[in-house]
Amino acid sequence: MITYLFLFFALLALGTAILVVTNKSTVNSALALVFHMLSIAGLYLLLRAQFLAVVQVLVYAGAIVVLFLFVIMLLNLEKEEKLFAEFSFRHAIAFFAGIAVLAQLLYALGSWTGVLPEFADQMIAIGTVEAIGDELFTTYLLPFEVTAILLTAAVVGALMIAQRKLKSQDK
Amino acid sequence: MIITSWYLALSAVLFSIGVIGVLTRKNAIVILMSVEIMLNAVNLTLVSFSAQMGDVQGQILVFFSLCVAAAEVAVGLAIIIAIYRNNLTVDITKINLLRW
Repeated sequence: MITYLFLFFALLALGTAILVVTNKSTVNSALALVFHMLSIAGLYLLLRAQFLAVVQVLVYAGAIVVLFLFVIMLLNLEKEEKLFAEFSFRHAIAFFAGIAVLAQLLYALGSWTGVLPEFADQMIAIGTVEAIGDELFTTYLLPFEVTAILLTAAVVGALMIAQRKLKSQDK
Repeated sequence: MIITSWYLALSAVLFSIGVIGVLTRKNAIVILMSVEIMLNAVNLTLVSFSAQMGDVQGQILVFFSLCVAAAEVAVGLAIIIAIYRNNLTVDITKINLLRW
């Protein structure tokens, strides 16, 4: 059962990732991204990381994709024509680089198979909100607070950048 | 039983799809989406290792990575809006202000 679920979520993640990259319409790419995030959340559930699955749906599939869609609607982009139609040297190099990255990662993975131990017995307990919150608010309290500063700075920075006119240009 | 190698192979393939997306697409918004796919692939690796080792720290790292990704998207999309306002395009081949 878990194997079939893994195959389902893995194929969904792969298919939607390819759709995001190859779709001509930006809106369709964003909608494929929603399903990609949801399938990744499903994979987290299979790994018994319940808290991260919920956060993935809330933050990625919720907030981030809505932000993408909002910007796409705001800019009113039309569809791209001829995505891969004309063969260019740039695309060839890009595909070669992508294949090279994949080969390198799979080679690194292949040389490590067998070294990895089986799943630990205590994996049932670690993904819960209780376990993560316990560690987050004791050992990692300072990084957690720094994250709050980071998010505040990001919001202020985004507002500053997206502002219609900067003050220096008014004069 | 699904072993960790399957998850690692899946995230390697997803990361490569993201790399190809970043390198081939011209639309800046789709490039940001491809970066999100790459971030997700790395998060999947962290969670699968965390589940295998029975260690919660990998999942906490994923939590921080999520926060950084949210900040990155907010600032990145703001930059895209600012560029669009000046150039009326998000095609990165036509944006050449800082290119030599």
